[in-house]
Amino acid sequence: MSPLYTIMVEGAGAATCSGAERVLVALERAQGLGKLKGLPRKLPVGCRRGGCGVCRARVVEGQYRHEPMSRAHVSEADEAAGLVLSCAIYPLTNLYLRFEMPQLKNSISEPTNIT
Amino acid sequence: MAHTGVLRPGFIQLRVLDMPAAVEHYTKRVGLHQVTEGKDGRVYLKSADEFDHHSIVLRRAESAGVDMMAFKVRDDSDLDMFEKRIAEYGIAVDHKAASDVDLVREAHQSRITVDHVAAGEQPGLGRRIGFTVPSGHRIELYAHADQSDPKPRTLNPDIWELEPHGMCARRFDHALFYGPNLEEVLNFFTTVLDFKCAERINLPDGTLAIWLTCGMKAHDIAFVKHPEPGKLHHVSFDLENWQSVGNAADIIARYDISIDIGPTRHGITRGQTIYFFDPSGNRNEVFAGGYTYYPDNPTRIWDETQIGKSIFYYERVLNEAFLSVVT
Repeated sequence: MSPLYTIMVEGAGAATCSGAERVLVALERAQGLGKLKGLPRKLPVGCRRGGCGVCRARVVEGQYRHEPMSRAHVSEADEAAGLVLSCAIYPLTNLYLRFEMPQLKNSISEPTNIT
Repeated sequence: MAHTGVLRPGFIQLRVLDMPAAVEHYTKRVGLHQVTEGKDGRVYLKSADEFDHHSIVLRRAESAGVDMMAFKVRDDSDLDMFEKRIAEYGIAVDHKAASDVDLVREAHQSRITVDHVAAGEQPGLGRRIGFTVPSGHRIELYAHADQSDPKPRTLNPDIWELEPHGMCARRFDHALFYGPNLEEVLNFFTTVLDFKCAERINLPDGTLAIWLTCGMKAHDIAFVKHPEPGKLHHVSFDLENWQSVGNAADIIARYDISIDIGPTRHGITRGQTIYFFDPSGNRNEVFAGGYTYYPDNPTRIWDETQIGKSIFYYERVLNEAFLSVVT
């Protein structure tokens, strides 16, 4: 049984995550259970495998291990500064996390002829 | 023979972050077979139901996404013919007088340059020509592929030679790409490569998406408007039927494969589908059904009032990931 850690999400609340679990997946479960009430919107969940970049976050405090993360979203300098794709990290200690998502790059414009 | 020129999707080359994890996913879970590994480390895969040498190429890289998609043409001389047509397309545009709206729009088309890839650059393949379409995606054409095992028998063929496994993918079916300049992409594919537009989504501010076919499937390649060029939304594998889609869903749950949406159905193409992700975050689709498209069929059009149904027919609303999650 992997040890359990607390993931504190800035401005949103806390979730529990095992050392064998992707942090983002633990946050998804917590949100499904009605926790993380401070989140302004649904968690930024994309591929959950380190490729698409939507769950980009900064680990402000704590240790983690990680699987490969696309360099298109986390450069070597970013990585050194604690930026991660939260789906690709596993906690080694309690973590303090701040989401730093990229701007949504696509949207559908609303019809303009409302009148 | 009615079917000439571009015959069908041939292969797609994907970038993966972790090669062993990718090979396990595509062989054990999706149900493909590894044909060979190249000297440069690229891995070549196929379905046992495909004759040609390979249909999926995996390249280890630092970012996920797609390198190129290639279509097979009928004859070697088609490569010369398409090279000439691509060259003339650029020149014809350059010489047009920009005297009305259509021509002004066409004058914005940039010339598309063709390059050559020698036979053998990928094992089992003949020479290829390649070019980048205005959405930023590299497209290649080739005429020859060796066959490789496993493959179907041609004399008294059984339904399968080798028991299907995993999700039982029967072939690489199509890809959906995200990028800019959809009108230019549509014009190029239809006027130069002789594709047809089977279906499209029109929004008040222009074209959101196009589904293009070179044969009788509802789509062989599709594009969604997106500001960043060259992005991959998904690579799709053909399954036999709805029951196979259910079997794929069982595998996705059993092996904790990251899921996006489904099983569900597309209004566009009518395909039964699941979107999920490979271990590098590239979206995969398993796809069954879809209508037959004949070249004289009109283009089916969806507008902003039914856009949810067009993509996810049962949910009738786009999920958050559809327009934003790409590699």
